[in-house]
Amino acid sequence: MISLKKYNIAQFQSLIALFVLCFVLAFMTENFMTTDNFWNVMRQISVNVCISVGMTLVILTAGIDLSVGSILAFCGAITAGLLKYGIELSSANLFIGFTVLGVVVIGILAGGAMGFVNGFAVTRFKVPAFVATLAMLTMARGFTMLWTKGHPITGLGDTFGFLGTGWVLGIPMPVWISGIVVIVAMILTTKTRFGRYIYAIGGNENAARLSGIPITKIKIWVYSLAGMLAAIGGVLVTARLDSAQPNAGMSYELDAIAAVVIGGTSLAGGRGTIIGTVLGAMIIGVLNNGLILLDVSPFWQQVIKGMVILLAVIIDKTNSKDE
Amino acid sequence: MKALLEVQNITKKFSGVTALNQVSLSLEKGKVTALIGENGAGKSTLLKIMSGIYADYEGAISYKDREVQFFNPKDAQELGISIIHQELNLIPYLSVAQNIFLGRELINGLGFLDEEKMNQKTTELLERLKLEVDPQVAVSSLKVGQQQIVEIAKALLIESEVLFMDEPTSAIGESEVEVLFEIINQLKEEGKAIVYISHKLDELYALANDFVVLRDGELVGQGEVKDISRDQLVDMMAGRKVKVAKKEKRSLTEESVLRVQNLTLKNPENPQRLLLNNITFDLRKGEVLGLYGLMGAGRTELCESLFGLHHFSMSGQMMLDNKETHFKSPIHAMERGMALVPEDRKRDGIVLGMSVAQNISLTVMDKIEKVGLLNKGLEFDLYTKHVSSLKIKVNSESQLIRNLSGGNQQKVVLAKWIERNPKVLMLDEPTRGIDINAKNEIYELIAKLSNSGISVLVVSSEIPEILAISDRILVMSEGEITAELSSEEANENKIMNACIPVNQN
Repeated sequence: MISLKKYNIAQFQSLIALFVLCFVLAFMTENFMTTDNFWNVMRQISVNVCISVGMTLVILTAGIDLSVGSILAFCGAITAGLLKYGIELSSANLFIGFTVLGVVVIGILAGGAMGFVNGFAVTRFKVPAFVATLAMLTMARGFTMLWTKGHPITGLGDTFGFLGTGWVLGIPMPVWISGIVVIVAMILTTKTRFGRYIYAIGGNENAARLSGIPITKIKIWVYSLAGMLAAIGGVLVTARLDSAQPNAGMSYELDAIAAVVIGGTSLAGGRGTIIGTVLGAMIIGVLNNGLILLDVSPFWQQVIKGMVILLAVIIDKTNSKDE
Repeated sequence: MKALLEVQNITKKFSGVTALNQVSLSLEKGKVTALIGENGAGKSTLLKIMSGIYADYEGAISYKDREVQFFNPKDAQELGISIIHQELNLIPYLSVAQNIFLGRELINGLGFLDEEKMNQKTTELLERLKLEVDPQVAVSSLKVGQQQIVEIAKALLIESEVLFMDEPTSAIGESEVEVLFEIINQLKEEGKAIVYISHKLDELYALANDFVVLRDGELVGQGEVKDISRDQLVDMMAGRKVKVAKKEKRSLTEESVLRVQNLTLKNPENPQRLLLNNITFDLRKGEVLGLYGLMGAGRTELCESLFGLHHFSMSGQMMLDNKETHFKSPIHAMERGMALVPEDRKRDGIVLGMSVAQNISLTVMDKIEKVGLLNKGLEFDLYTKHVSSLKIKVNSESQLIRNLSGGNQQKVVLAKWIERNPKVLMLDEPTRGIDINAKNEIYELIAKLSNSGISVLVVSSEIPEILAISDRILVMSEGEITAELSSEEANENKIMNACIPVNQN
């Protein structure tokens, strides 16, 4: 019962915070409580939700992934570049074109590959996750610049754009996609062996190893998934803007970490939930939206966001003390 | 004799649960008081109150006839009261000297740390404790037993007048125990008051003047050690008659399950030294093989090697069921029927933040899966089965394992391996820090498992324990097997003789 109660309290707090925030904004602004604005907020947070879900998996294993913002940019650029220009092999006089589905799959695989490299460095070479993913942050950004030659790739067509701007059954596409990501991740973490192993590794890696849990394999998968989810975020961003920006996703990793932390996941690993992270991302999203609607200066917005993160962690710490 | 430290009517509650109820106690100069009781009886809580770790309690403490109130351990330390904890409190990456002087660093004329002097003082302290390690070496590279001695050295540095020791011998071998006893006797002669917690009653007779027995937070007996028998003490602690089970002779098949030949393990930090040297032995089907040795003898390393943890630094042959095997990892070893209950439960055995049910199912996830998804019902069945068969005291399947007593935590670790029905079950110090009742239950369990055909290898630092549970006993010293004794021929003397390292000069 205790563990159950604990998780509920952590989520409960985020939920209350979200409600209070919405309540206050509903009174203070005219436009907050409108359907348009609701979907606007949901669409805006969908990218952060995708990244944050991957970040949650990594942090649950007591790791961290700083490279997701750069992976997002690279995968967005790969997707856009292949879709628009294809591959031209002038020596063989060959041109390969790609469908939208093709480029999305390639983009996601590219993200997975970069995540795999992260996981490989962390497990096989025992590079601290912070350092390995910091290196990837720099490398992936460099690759993005090389691929785009520093210029945005634009004009990607309506089919691709539909992924970012389309509506299905009254719900925006990015919300569908991030929603599916969340549901799959919830099942993965709570209902599968893979998920249980993630918690065990983060909770006590020694005990996990001695219980015969394949630590290397699980961690490599976790970083690969984080890379793939960043790539999905990259596809959404690119599709929405109809443009792959070389500097897309800058500091997105920090928003993701913030969402995870506000959602009650412990940076020490082994404790946290996907639903908590989603609530964390929603709090950040609503806060961003509300501060804009309230016409707060962007400089103050940052100060306030930082304070919210600090407050969330302080509340979480105070509660977990009486365990 | 006048009391040096006196506590009166101490009561302490943890979120409504009474941990100590109206306990009074007085400590005199130059006396060792044994504080005994089962796990959870309130011994550690009492020490923590007397040393300033818990500041909120009811009752009064007076020190040298003055009423005192400690708000933190530093208050107590400044008056000369220090505590050596059951759990080690050392900073792994700092050196031995840095740990010993932590918070009391020596400063030279320029205001910088005087490393030289601290190292020199540490060497002197460690000499007194007969521990030969370089003061500049990191604590993390020491064995648990050596770390325990560093912890003691830390308390000696303060020149305390009252010294609390919470199970200081639970992790160290017999020769270190002797050194420790010498030191305690020396401190006693110097007029210090010492409180000593231990589950090993023999130690109390060797050391203590007075005894205090706690049970369920209440003081149930006190007096002088010379006036009371061991049986009486055990009765007081448990509140009922508890007898240590004696191993009866059994006829075993000659069929060997595990055959180890010339197993040698290099020390990765010091290639010249061997951690294990030419280990050769057989483990028969259904046998309980006891493995005794002092700290550093290589017992834990042997278990780890057999479990695939030292694949790259070991050599030699292993035959499991007459098939040669080389385990590359614990996964590999486990799939072939090996199981290891590690020495340090909290570090290696359990996932503290997970529930009891989740800890049990960790090794057998395939058994609680249905179409690729974890099934709560199957997990619950597994939990129920082991909780009732091992008598694990737990409120519900989702109770966090961190809230269980040491004995019950250990049973959970046992459960997760029993469920795999291993061929060879290795238990490294299975009863360390566990109360007598839980100990006996674990002994019974070992007997039951061996009767069902599982071969059990038990590592222990307690000779009575080894004698009580083993069909055969191996004694190790400095990485080698120095004696093999059948249960009939084994006795305390023979074991002690074989485990003490022989000087080869």
